[in-house]
Amino acid sequence: MKYFKYSAGPLISIILSLIIGAIFIILIGQDPAEVYVKMFTDTLGNSYGIGQVLFKATPLILTGLSVAFAFRAGLFNIGAEGQMTVGAFASAWAGFTFTSMPWIVLIPLCIISGFLAGAFWAAIAGYLKARFGSHEVINTIMLNFIAMALVSYLVNNIYLVPATIHTPEISPNAVLLRFDVITGMFKGSPFNLSFVIAAAVCIIIYYVIRKTPFGYRINTLGYNINAAEYAGMNVKRLTVYAMAIAGGLAGLAGLNFVNGYKHYFELGFSENAGYVGIAVALIARNNPFAIIIIAVFFGVLEYGGLTVNTLVPKEIVTILQGIIILLIITITKYFDKKFKLAKA
Amino acid sequence: MEELLTITFVLQTLRITIPYLLPSLGAVYSEKGGVVNIALEGILLSGAFAAAAGTFYTGNIIVGTACGILAGIIIALIHSIVTITFKANQIVSGIALNILAFGITKFFCKILFGSSSNSERIPGIETLDLPFNPFLLLCVIILGITYFTINKTRFGLRLRAVGENPQAADSLGISVTKVRYLGVLISGALGGLGGAWLALDQHSYTDGMSAGRGYIALAAMIIGKWNPMGAAGACLLFGLAESFTLQFQDSGIPTQFIQMLPYVLTIIVLAGFIGKANPPAADGVPYEKKD
Repeated sequence: MKYFKYSAGPLISIILSLIIGAIFIILIGQDPAEVYVKMFTDTLGNSYGIGQVLFKATPLILTGLSVAFAFRAGLFNIGAEGQMTVGAFASAWAGFTFTSMPWIVLIPLCIISGFLAGAFWAAIAGYLKARFGSHEVINTIMLNFIAMALVSYLVNNIYLVPATIHTPEISPNAVLLRFDVITGMFKGSPFNLSFVIAAAVCIIIYYVIRKTPFGYRINTLGYNINAAEYAGMNVKRLTVYAMAIAGGLAGLAGLNFVNGYKHYFELGFSENAGYVGIAVALIARNNPFAIIIIAVFFGVLEYGGLTVNTLVPKEIVTILQGIIILLIITITKYFDKKFKLAKA
Repeated sequence: MEELLTITFVLQTLRITIPYLLPSLGAVYSEKGGVVNIALEGILLSGAFAAAAGTFYTGNIIVGTACGILAGIIIALIHSIVTITFKANQIVSGIALNILAFGITKFFCKILFGSSSNSERIPGIETLDLPFNPFLLLCVIILGITYFTINKTRFGLRLRAVGENPQAADSLGISVTKVRYLGVLISGALGGLGGAWLALDQHSYTDGMSAGRGYIALAAMIIGKWNPMGAAGACLLFGLAESFTLQFQDSGIPTQFIQMLPYVLTIIVLAGFIGKANPPAADGVPYEKKD
């Protein structure tokens, strides 16, 4: 019953959005049943499709986790997009700079670089909030655009490979292998070891939030900042740490594309994963394990859009994403009131 | 420096400023009433698309512009319903609407024009053939009206009241819901108009042509401290910076650093380094009536 109460709102939102999406599909003279059936069978009906779905889900797990972690501390991180961008660039930079390193050093180096770059970027917003009280929502949005411009400068003016739009390739020792290379399963899909990293990070964050004194402080900060202060916690420092960790998680989201798929950095790689992560965290109600499930669902939508592109423009999926978020925030609010649920 | 003073440079600057100024004034209406409207980016984009489609099918620029305004109002209406009636989070609603607008414009661009990247060429506004740019004139008029409305009229007073202290406004018999709706819808209309200018100026719609201008408009409003004249000044400053990069493309300053300027300035202003930033007290907070 408890699970039903928490999932009723999200489930109804998803169903309703599919119905509204059907109206768009009918509008252009296609059969919604055919489109939806194709969307789900082509994605989940074969191992290649499943590989693609999990590949698309990987960055969403990390950006969703980033937003959720900040939410836990009462902070709203709209900046996952920018944190992911600087993180992805940092991972690529480590990968194409320290090419002589063996993989056992280079892969952790890429991971740490991505995390630290994202953490630094988000910590700016955390510091501004702690020091000047300026709101993290506007600052993280601004930092997204600054990140985009900064990385665009680094890629186009400094590290560009002539006649391409990307950076040099990373060393083979920095590559996170594809599952089809390792196991022979998911043949042809770019599904790679980044997924394992994302899942492991979910478990770590779950443990940190639920079982450690630090997690307890983060939760207290989110529930009642006055109580946290009264209990003697250093609220300002905690705010900076919480943002930094959230940013670090988003910073890891670039590994999937850079180290797992293309092996270089290029602008526009993110496909809005930073923003979609907000939806993932909202629907999953900030629960790390629910985030994996919801990220996979969004992966189905994203890859599913490509499979039905011959019938309807693939942007039907973007429309669905927008509608789901709008419905979630209105409907869930209603159900929370009805079932008297506390704010997650 | 002579190049800076040419009429072409001035006109170019003003032309670039228009799509910042209109949504920025829109943001003033919305936020003075207490509703944060991040959806302006999507409003601008759908306004541009609707204006291009409307102009393409009717051949009439005025009908096209009306379509742009209407599209802006529709998105703003959804934002109002979700955030004012259902009291949902304004930031999340804005982001969702931006994602939605991004998807819908691409979707219908493919259906109507057979391409997800641009529309066919439409009749637009040839600023060079006219003694003045009608949109520029419109901007000046709207700026004047906005300044007057916010500061001197009953509606302006009510708008500021529901943004500063909705409880007090409510107790005086002002409908917080109605006034906030009106503020957001006006912002939608102005954002849509700004979008229409983008398409008509370029004689076509291209994918994602709002290119972050909605966010810059919000930034300008913050730098202008939630006031119409301040917002207009900030928009002009950004227009000037952009015009400068176009004029001196090989000046040695990477364009990306000029692109960052509005965002960096916003952060500095918000941190309180340049005077005090004073947003309306209830900005971003849904009004829950106490029973």
